[in-house]
Amino acid sequence: MSGASYYVPAKSHWPILGSVAVGLLMVGLGYQLVYGSATLLIAIGFLSILAVMGFWFRDVINESQLGLYDNQMDRSFRWGMGWFIFSEIMFFAAFFGALFYVRTFAIPWLGGEGAKGVSALLWPDFIAEWPLLNPPDSSVSGPDNVFSPWQLPLVNTLLLVTSSITLTISHEALKSGYRKLCRNWLAGTVLLGTCFIFIQGVEYYEAYQHYGITLEAGIFGSTFFILTGFHGVHVIIGTLILVAMLVRIIRGHFSDSQHFAFEASCWYWHFVDVVWLGLFIFVYVV
Amino acid sequence: MAPKIPLQSTLQQSETTATAGGIAHHAAHPTGWRRWLLTTNHKEIGTLYLIFSLTMFFVGGIFALVVRAELFQPGLQLVNPEFFNQMTTMHGLIMVFAAVMPAFTGLANWMIPLQIGAPDMALPRLNNFSFWLLPVAFTLLLSTLLMPGGGPNFGWTFYAPLSTTYAPASTTFFILSLHIAGISSILGAINIIATILNMRAPGMRLMDMPLFVWTWLITAFLLIAVMPVLAGVITMMLMDINFGTSFFDAGGGGDPVLFQHLFWFFGHPEVYIMILPAFGIVSAIIPTFARKPLFGYASMVYATAAIALLSFLVWAHHMFVVGLPLVAELFFMYSTMLIAVPTGVKVFNWVTTLFRGSISFESPMLFALAFVVLFTIGGFSGLMLAIAPADFQYHDTYFVVAHFHYVLVPGAIFAIMAGVYYWLPKWTGHYPNETLAKWHFWFSVIGVNLTFFPMHFAGLAGMPRRIPDYALQFADFNMVSSIGAFFFGSSQLLFVLVIVLCVRGGKKAPAQAWEGAVDLEWTVPSPAPLHTFETPPEFRPVDK
Repeated sequence: MSGASYYVPAKSHWPILGSVAVGLLMVGLGYQLVYGSATLLIAIGFLSILAVMGFWFRDVINESQLGLYDNQMDRSFRWGMGWFIFSEIMFFAAFFGALFYVRTFAIPWLGGEGAKGVSALLWPDFIAEWPLLNPPDSSVSGPDNVFSPWQLPLVNTLLLVTSSITLTISHEALKSGYRKLCRNWLAGTVLLGTCFIFIQGVEYYEAYQHYGITLEAGIFGSTFFILTGFHGVHVIIGTLILVAMLVRIIRGHFSDSQHFAFEASCWYWHFVDVVWLGLFIFVYVV
Repeated sequence: MAPKIPLQSTLQQSETTATAGGIAHHAAHPTGWRRWLLTTNHKEIGTLYLIFSLTMFFVGGIFALVVRAELFQPGLQLVNPEFFNQMTTMHGLIMVFAAVMPAFTGLANWMIPLQIGAPDMALPRLNNFSFWLLPVAFTLLLSTLLMPGGGPNFGWTFYAPLSTTYAPASTTFFILSLHIAGISSILGAINIIATILNMRAPGMRLMDMPLFVWTWLITAFLLIAVMPVLAGVITMMLMDINFGTSFFDAGGGGDPVLFQHLFWFFGHPEVYIMILPAFGIVSAIIPTFARKPLFGYASMVYATAAIALLSFLVWAHHMFVVGLPLVAELFFMYSTMLIAVPTGVKVFNWVTTLFRGSISFESPMLFALAFVVLFTIGGFSGLMLAIAPADFQYHDTYFVVAHFHYVLVPGAIFAIMAGVYYWLPKWTGHYPNETLAKWHFWFSVIGVNLTFFPMHFAGLAGMPRRIPDYALQFADFNMVSSIGAFFFGSSQLLFVLVIVLCVRGGKKAPAQAWEGAVDLEWTVPSPAPLHTFETPPEFRPVDK
């Protein structure tokens, strides 16, 4: 805990501009959802956020390249990233919790089980089952069928698990100074991530076109899309982060021992991978 | 808006030493409004948080006074029920998310680096981002009051389906504004936790940290653990409202009770987020003015950690009447009562610290002592509410309102005021006007009890909360509560007066502004220069 020269950055425009950008995006989203026709505002908000992030990270990268960061700063980044990933885990925990609650309690109770079986009075014909193909109320039409886990979902699982391995190889290569090797395995990882996103897109198309799994298809569609959707968004973000790392590797950033941005990207990617394993088991298999 | 805190002179001097290795163009330290917008300094950001919080305290307070004015007499006099509902909802949301939480974050920003001997927060730019998200979030939230159909009207707990199927159109904006506030809280908490774990002065071990730092470390953990769950549950609301999902709709196989489980999994730790830093402040003030080390430092730390861990296991005590299985009622009843043990340890330690102390009663100490007594009353009514069969009677009555206002107003808010009076000499270099501060204290104590104590009786007699009209037998209690509320509310203007006077001048304070104060913040000059501990101090533990 020495830190005689802990770097405290000068004034910065990016935080306040970032706040305004987030505000623009949220107002845009709100108008779009409530009144419609705010796509321009959404686009401006979204692009401003991206721009602010770009400038902000550029400043951080420049400061890092100039050697302003000491070991203590490195630890600040490590704690920061670690707790950020913990917050992400809790975000997904809410959705997994919802899935488990519905499957373990809500649906059996609707089917007449247990002390809360009185709720069965509302829909006496309802049969508790999972996946829930026939929601209690006839106004909600459930999915026609659900995916077999052993087709596209299995392929996606293999893709993501493999990508975690290739990323680890890339990281090890960086640590040992084999930069070309590092670059190639990293590029491979980006490719695997992109394939995952593509396949997930195909699956969504299938869901809507052939399986009747939609957002409106009762609780199965709700939990399916919120879990896979937010995971998919995280894969997209993770892939973009890896692309940024690829660019930095090509530009000759990072040293064998100092490359926390790269390491943080690995943490994030492994986290996304682990969430998928949970998804694969509890959304598709069980 | 920003007061002229007398940092200007020190600000100029520190130009040369500011940003040790600042790159490129940082020639002039921005002055005027740009200074506040672009700052990365923990003291300036702390001041911003505190001013924001104080402003929102009055906004939320005015909403409360609208409620109390309507409830002054039975019948409908001033506002229509729809607006009344918006006022109760907004009062709760603003006070929780925009007044109490930012006040503690502001105190954390100011004091944690000073108390651990750090040059600044671990991630200073992120710190500024966390703050500036708040005005954006709450401008958006307050703007919902002006939208067609009005603002949120379903209570600060926004239970589905009232907040989904039957909600006003502005609910989508409410959800998005809460998302922004949530991002702010998470990023702020990450920053605080990284600061505490990584920025302590050489030689300061975890068990050497002042308790305010300890309680904030645990609070930050709670924030990072539960704010994402809040984000999750409001996202599900957003989906139910706008995309036809069925999370909280039994017709599609979902469950409105799922909303309550998720909300209170966030909500219960949230109430400890609002009280743990208060414990830390009181644990700093009582030893100072009793001129004795805190009794049972280690047990205070363990008790705080125990309260935080238990807070994850008690959420359904807010839901005893929703129709839980018997085993759940029992589990959550007993786990809730268990919290009385570590809380009792804390109260015992505070009282024992006072025992045989050389006590003096300056304004921070008065607020801290009132905290111990009145918070404990709130704790006892909490124990009553924890008894599931009894809660069947108390639930959704004014007894609950009395309970949580006792822990939040003379609890959290008194502790914040105690902290402000305690640290104002460090911030401004002047002592607050003690006479005015004492008037403020006594008016506040009388006002708080006049407002909230009768609510116990109204609640036990069966008066439901969140209803603009009531049966005649509750009239007297409500009239007293309303008089107390206006008395309490207007006496807070004294608080503003004391702060403004203190910023502008007053008796000069030395570095160690209070005789018995021992923590690191009292080793730097008063007012604290813009940059402190740029070279970490050598920390030598004192006997705790």
